[in-house]
Amino acid sequence: MTTLRNDPDRAVVDERRRSAPRLRSRRPQKPAKPRRSTLLTVLTGIILAYSVIPLAWLLINSTKSQQDLFSSFGLWFKGFGLWDNITQTLSYNDHIFVRWLLNTLLYVVLGAGGATFLAVLGGYALAKFTFPGKRAVFAVILGAVAVPGTALAVPTFLMFSQVGMTNTPWAVIIPSLISPFGLYLMWTFATEAVPEELLEAARIDGAGELRTFFQVSLPLLAPGMVTVLLFTMVATWNNYFLPLIMLKDPQWYPLTLGLNAWNAQASTAGGQAIYNLVITGSVLTILPLIAAFLLLQRFWQSGLTAGSVKA
Amino acid sequence: MATLTTPAAAPTRRGRGRLRRSWVGWGFVGPFMLVFTVVFLAPIAYSIYLSLFRNRLIGGNAFVGVDNYTQALTDPQFWSAFGRVSLFLAVQVPVMLALAMLVALAVDSARLYGSSFFRIAIFLPYAVPAVVATLMWGFMYGARFGLVGNINDALGISLPDPLSSHLILASIGNIVTWEFLGYNMLIFYAALRVIPLELYEAAAMDGAGQIRIVTAIKVPALRGALVIATIFSIIGSFQLFNEPNILQSLAPNAISTYFTPNMYAYNLSFAGQQYNYSATVAIIMGILTMVIAYLVQLRGTRQETPR
Repeated sequence: MTTLRNDPDRAVVDERRRSAPRLRSRRPQKPAKPRRSTLLTVLTGIILAYSVIPLAWLLINSTKSQQDLFSSFGLWFKGFGLWDNITQTLSYNDHIFVRWLLNTLLYVVLGAGGATFLAVLGGYALAKFTFPGKRAVFAVILGAVAVPGTALAVPTFLMFSQVGMTNTPWAVIIPSLISPFGLYLMWTFATEAVPEELLEAARIDGAGELRTFFQVSLPLLAPGMVTVLLFTMVATWNNYFLPLIMLKDPQWYPLTLGLNAWNAQASTAGGQAIYNLVITGSVLTILPLIAAFLLLQRFWQSGLTAGSVKA
Repeated sequence: MATLTTPAAAPTRRGRGRLRRSWVGWGFVGPFMLVFTVVFLAPIAYSIYLSLFRNRLIGGNAFVGVDNYTQALTDPQFWSAFGRVSLFLAVQVPVMLALAMLVALAVDSARLYGSSFFRIAIFLPYAVPAVVATLMWGFMYGARFGLVGNINDALGISLPDPLSSHLILASIGNIVTWEFLGYNMLIFYAALRVIPLELYEAAAMDGAGQIRIVTAIKVPALRGALVIATIFSIIGSFQLFNEPNILQSLAPNAISTYFTPNMYAYNLSFAGQQYNYSATVAIIMGILTMVIAYLVQLRGTRQETPR
């Protein structure tokens, strides 16, 4: 268990090192740097192809009309109807897709934002304070984390329906507010990132606990916070099971439920098949997240290092 | 999950004169615990309560003790679902983790051209929602405008239908592998990155080759990460829901309402209104998951201690 405490430490060091010529910094010091291997690159390339080809398929097919989908080879273009498809996707059924997009944003901002906020506060408390019942808090959280989320779905639904909150945004947002993984990440991060001396100094200067937190600790916690925010964002943006249970009214659907409904429409009696819109809608759904991951690489990569490296 | 335990539990006893014991900490952890109580603890308590009752046509809601549990444990549909996810777990998880580990070793070996591109591109599917991943693969599996159909047309052959009932589980396994390969790769990769440089230097001094470095240093260093990745995958497999549920509209005959335990629980409550029985099934699955995850962790750490 002592190793565990060292990990965030290393991650923090890693992070600092990385700010200059990131990631490559370790290699040059390594003795006898091995030569690059074409064979290994090709072999790993197979896995790369496996990961990327389906996404390429999705992108290529988002440029085809419904008829061309059926009459052309999947991994090559036929005509270029991407803008057409996007316009149709956005305007189909009285702009319902835009509504779903706004719903998703609402759930992400309040759900993931709130989850990050609670995790930062909680992680900071666990790392920097002793308080009565702290051990009980640990025990309860760790025990509950091992409970599969779906075991909670039905009773949560029943509870929410008794207070009349199902089929409202709250039914999706409130359960999203808890991220045990986020709490864990912030707790390990805060342990290392906020020096005791700084807190003591702030207290001696007469700053209250809240002021110390916001002005001294919070800036130091920012890198960990971005990681937690990114992962809770993905979790809320991609959430399917919870909204599926909680929401009946398509007006409150997030994108994931909406896309599934569009796809299912083809197999219902008298329903119109709109596969081109499902595909284009899928592309529009994943683009923001992929962009976020690419732009914030350095945070989530170090975040994972801090969070889940060693048992 | 006790592996994720104790960074801060220990420091409290280090007593550097900091950490005065006071209620102030509750001000910070309080909001989390409040919501946690509402969305975690209360539903757990409620579902235990539900599982002990049964709604009868005559007499209404009645306490039935463990009747629901005995019913579930002798329910062939429940066991069929459980058997299916166990098979899934036994095949898909080792394949995925082995591939992830190989890729992590390759990326870490510094022998790849453009290794950071590999790392990021292979991770990207993690950012794709299960809904999109499933629809996309579901379309590609299709014989009409999918890749399978294209290949059949181009080569004049007839591949087995991935959406047929005897292949559907493998097809779902492929989707899940696609989604989480990169995520697991990154967990392994992160574990490889924290191996101290001195170990490599010592190995090079002793004249160890690349293969020897991999088997003697890198693979043992992955043990902890492997335990965690395995536990996550067990939980994921036992909870399998999104992929089969979404594929159902594309393969209605291959996926039953009790395809996985989770789908069974879902359909029991939302199609059958059998909330009490549904809660029971969910609790049994929760307990089975925890027991198996605990055994994996026990085994993982027991082998680690002698070193």
